[in-house]
Amino acid sequence: MSVTDLEPYTTEDGREIGGVVMEMKNITLRFGGVVAIKDISFDIRQGEIRAIIGPNGAGKSSMLNVISGFYTPSEGQVWYQGQPRPAMKPFEIARQGVARTFQNIALFEGMSTLDNIMTGRLTHMKSSMLSQGLWWGKAQQEEAKHREVVEKVIDFLEIQNIRKTPVGRLPYGLKKRVELARALAAEPQILLLDEPMAGMNVEEKEDMSRFILDVNDEFGTTIALIEHDMGVVMDLSDRVVVMDYGKKIGDGTPDEVRNNQDVIDAYLGVAN
Amino acid sequence: MFYNTAGQFKTSYTKDQSLFPVKQDAILLGVVLLCAWIIFPMTASEFTFKTMLMPVLCYSLAALGLNVLTGFAGQLSLGTAAFMGVGAFACYKLITIFPEMNIIVAILLSGVFSSAVGVAFGLPSLRIKGFYLAIATLAAQFFLVWLFEKWHWLSNHNPSGAIEVPNIDMFGITVAGPNAAPVTQYYLILAIVTLITIVTINLTRGNQGRIWKATRDMDIAAELIGINLLKSKLTAFAVSSYIVGVAGALFVFLNLGAAEPNFFDIPLSFKILFIAIIGGLGSVMGNFMGAILIVALPVVIKFLPDAIGLEINPATVEHLNIMTVGALIIFFLIIEPHGLARLWQLIREKLIIWPFPH
Ligand SMILES: Nc1ncnc2c1ncn2[C@@H]1O[C@H](COP(=O)(O)OP(=O)(O)OP(=O)(O)O)[C@@H](O)[C@H]1O
Ligand SMILES: [Mg+2]
Repeated sequence: MSVTDLEPYTTEDGREIGGVVMEMKNITLRFGGVVAIKDISFDIRQGEIRAIIGPNGAGKSSMLNVISGFYTPSEGQVWYQGQPRPAMKPFEIARQGVARTFQNIALFEGMSTLDNIMTGRLTHMKSSMLSQGLWWGKAQQEEAKHREVVEKVIDFLEIQNIRKTPVGRLPYGLKKRVELARALAAEPQILLLDEPMAGMNVEEKEDMSRFILDVNDEFGTTIALIEHDMGVVMDLSDRVVVMDYGKKIGDGTPDEVRNNQDVIDAYLGVAN
Repeated sequence: MFYNTAGQFKTSYTKDQSLFPVKQDAILLGVVLLCAWIIFPMTASEFTFKTMLMPVLCYSLAALGLNVLTGFAGQLSLGTAAFMGVGAFACYKLITIFPEMNIIVAILLSGVFSSAVGVAFGLPSLRIKGFYLAIATLAAQFFLVWLFEKWHWLSNHNPSGAIEVPNIDMFGITVAGPNAAPVTQYYLILAIVTLITIVTINLTRGNQGRIWKATRDMDIAAELIGINLLKSKLTAFAVSSYIVGVAGALFVFLNLGAAEPNFFDIPLSFKILFIAIIGGLGSVMGNFMGAILIVALPVVIKFLPDAIGLEINPATVEHLNIMTVGALIIFFLIIEPHGLARLWQLIREKLIIWPFPH
């Protein structure tokens, strides 16, 4: 398979990859004099796991922030489901089915694990403030209905025993998992993961990799992830974008990227 | 042992989400309600009604309103008293313009006015945060009290600018003004406070509560998971100012009977803020604990030395009171930011596993 081949196909492990669901077209992002992203284009296909890699400061997180609407690109545009996406607030983009996790954990520290994950459902919850204030009836039913979805996510990520724990008390690895749970609870079209395995030990990384694969496999969720661990990236992803100093220096299957001379140079340059 | 939760299993999410997943909590609340609804009214003197029970309820309600904004949604406000004033003056205008209007309806409607004013002053909250927002609400505080003093139409051209509550009947019973019986007024206040507290509990434990808390805990993440921050903050201002306004109207109409514009000045704002802090930010029940403490403290300080035979002059009582409150604030801000409510929770957790802590 090559990058330009946009026909739907089935992967070796039997997952269906569809057409392009999101496309970055000539994205440039400047912060004053700093150019964080320079004229980058790439696409994300339905159902695939798309990795974004690159050395520190390459602009990976900035790219994710553009996709989730936290930054507005200085130039270029994001296309979503075949349409150019108009200027939108991040919360509107979230409501279009884009969910994410953060490089530095961004949980709601004053709430329990369960409540944190329940916030993932809020884009699906409809009952008015009035009926919530009265609680009995509609609001209560809605709450129970969404709790059920959340409980499935909790089972899926095997965090049943910390359900009622305030997230502030959780160890780092579990916090990352709760953050993933919150994003999953939104049942997103596209899931953006910013270094989901950073700072984890081998065992935790294996768990997280398994969860990411399972999410993609069972729910067909499209995933874009940033990761530094090359082994993980090569194992998980269908296609990889490589960034360095804000530029795209490689794009293709893990094998293609691995053998790309620019990519090798960039990484050796970092190692030296 | 008292708080043994063994054998209490949840068989549905609805049950697990019910208000009192632990049975003993429900019993405890039952006892509190029994005291408030039956035992106190049967035993309290007129003086106790007027100076303790009713003020506790009104302060609790005001602190509850502030807590929605500050404790739940994380937006600091120093203008609580002014919004109480908006509620009180709105109620005054309502009952003078529409003398036929039921007083309870007027009180509940006056919250709509304070709510609107609260939203207007909450508009900058999207741009400014924390300390700066507090200063903006302080500006609201000064401006509104100035308005109460200068805009004589508000007090029906009373030279002192004060609200003087006339005798008001409801279903043939005098409920407000000089002729009203304190026990009647107490019940009306209690009913409204109970009602608003229940609605607030419901709001804060469900989706809206999570939206507010998410806004408070980390606004960037909140926005990226789909929360409209402006809407979240403004609804907090709206609900908070509504409750605060109703508290102000209740306080003046059913308890105090009269109020001058400067009653709604900064000291009252701070008093309410202290109640919310001591009771516990982000808690509903804490407001009641905080209000009881703040109202009871001066009484205790006054009568305790008396009881053990110490002479103590009134000025000293006042100073002791201020010092104690100050010390409590510092204690809670540093040691236990979640206030009395959190302390109670810790005791409760200990009781659940007592007497076998392991
Ligand atoms: N808000 C901002 N203001 C100014 N400069 C920024 C901002 N955000 C990012 N940058 C700059 O943009 C560049 C790219 O940063 P970014 O965080 O996207 O890198 P990254 O690839 O995610 O790196 P890492 O692997 O360390 O997470 C950096 O030089 C960074 O300093
Ligand atoms: Mg990054």
